[in-house]
Amino acid sequence: MSQQIIKEILPKDLLAETIHLKNEGYRLVAITCTNKKTKDEETSVEKDEMELSYSFDKDYDLINLRFSVCADDEIESVSLLYSYAFLYENEIKELFGVSIKDISLDFNNTLYKIPVKAPFHTQKEDK
Amino acid sequence: MGKRTVIPFGPQHPVLPEPIHLDLVLEDEVVVEAIPQIGYVHRGLEKLVEKKDYQQYTYVAERICGICSFMHGMGYCQTIESIMNVEIPERAKFLRTIWAELSRMHSHTLWLGLLADAFGFESLFMHSWRIREKILDIFEETTGGRVIFSVCDVGGVRKDISAETLKKIDKIMDELEKEFKEITDVFFNDASVKSRTVGVGVLSKQAAHDLGAVGPMARASGIESDMRSQGYAAYGKLDFKPIVETAGDCYARTSVRMKEIYQSIDLVKQCIAIIPEGDIKVKVTGNPNGEYFTRIEQPRGEVVYYAKANGTKYLDRVRVRTPTFANIPPLLETLKGCALADVPILVVTIDPCISCTER
Repeated sequence: MSQQIIKEILPKDLLAETIHLKNEGYRLVAITCTNKKTKDEETSVEKDEMELSYSFDKDYDLINLRFSVCADDEIESVSLLYSYAFLYENEIKELFGVSIKDISLDFNNTLYKIPVKAPFHTQKEDK
Repeated sequence: MGKRTVIPFGPQHPVLPEPIHLDLVLEDEVVVEAIPQIGYVHRGLEKLVEKKDYQQYTYVAERICGICSFMHGMGYCQTIESIMNVEIPERAKFLRTIWAELSRMHSHTLWLGLLADAFGFESLFMHSWRIREKILDIFEETTGGRVIFSVCDVGGVRKDISAETLKKIDKIMDELEKEFKEITDVFFNDASVKSRTVGVGVLSKQAAHDLGAVGPMARASGIESDMRSQGYAAYGKLDFKPIVETAGDCYARTSVRMKEIYQSIDLVKQCIAIIPEGDIKVKVTGNPNGEYFTRIEQPRGEVVYYAKANGTKYLDRVRVRTPTFANIPPLLETLKGCALADVPILVVTIDPCISCTER
């Protein structure tokens, strides 16, 4: 069976890591966003974060670049490197409210035309 | 340069079974750019994981799509089984493979009919769908359902297929092969069909790679990528090699799917020949804890299932990346430079499933 690796990176290293994988011939498979609750080590206050995984494939092996961001953080688009990333990025932007700058084709939160802002960026209190 | 005009294509169009909208920028009769717009059937099914426990979610996964319903259930179950380190019985793996390949056959046959309908060959459309009915009959006999079967479960499958029924399916496969040969000849050799498919919407191998094409769309452009090569379910025990064409046009995409139907017939027969006796399900206890990415080959191409579990019966996240989602950018590329009259054919040749795409 194929391998799957999760590589933790910092948000600022996303473009450099992506360029490296693109030069190695990797294909962008998906970008996944997950809600995540973390505790601040100093204040013990719970904070909402979002975990982003950029999945790349080569010869059936999967490498996932992973980092977490807060709702206020802005990250770079990888659509200049992988043009088709614009769909994944628009989806994450609209459903989770992640701020992504310089998307090659930015739908400005109208990809799915949902009237609720960032409907997937909620925690599970309403379960 | 001719005058530029923008023509809206969809969301309702005779060639579209489901809604997608394209703004086509034209110079005279030639498309120079296409801008997609989706969002007409977004159901938020990934979000539903917060309300349904990990076993109930199998039913939700099966409802992502009415064509590859079984494979959605299978992809989801494989993901949870991987997180929980559950090894399903060998017989369940073979049964899953049989239903998966029958699903591929019915999906590709449905697509062939839609393609024939798109270029106005109504009798070919009807013959394709007539043959497809026989595959749906097998589903009904073995699972009780013709569209959504609900036979996949975490830990195996819910229903077995008797030796007698397997023998009958084997015989039906032989009959289907003969019937498919009749329509294959038309799809491959009829001059009116070839005039609409040969050299139309060419996607080069490099472009297919650069735009992340998957499934028959990628294989028709020379990319030998098929998730079945990983050997999941029973594929590791079967003689299997991805079907690849190199022309990258509508004819090549038709050819890949047509040949994959014959390959599916062969794979079903291989499974029937060597399926072992035994249990069809193992008891699964406890709750999943961890995460896993699963990729399987649906009729339209690679589907990605990701699940993250926290040790409770509710998952933190289920994420599905469907093949049509991946094939929209390659579609936009093939539309550039095509004649307006070819747009419906090109949209159909990615075999779009918008319910899958939007989930």
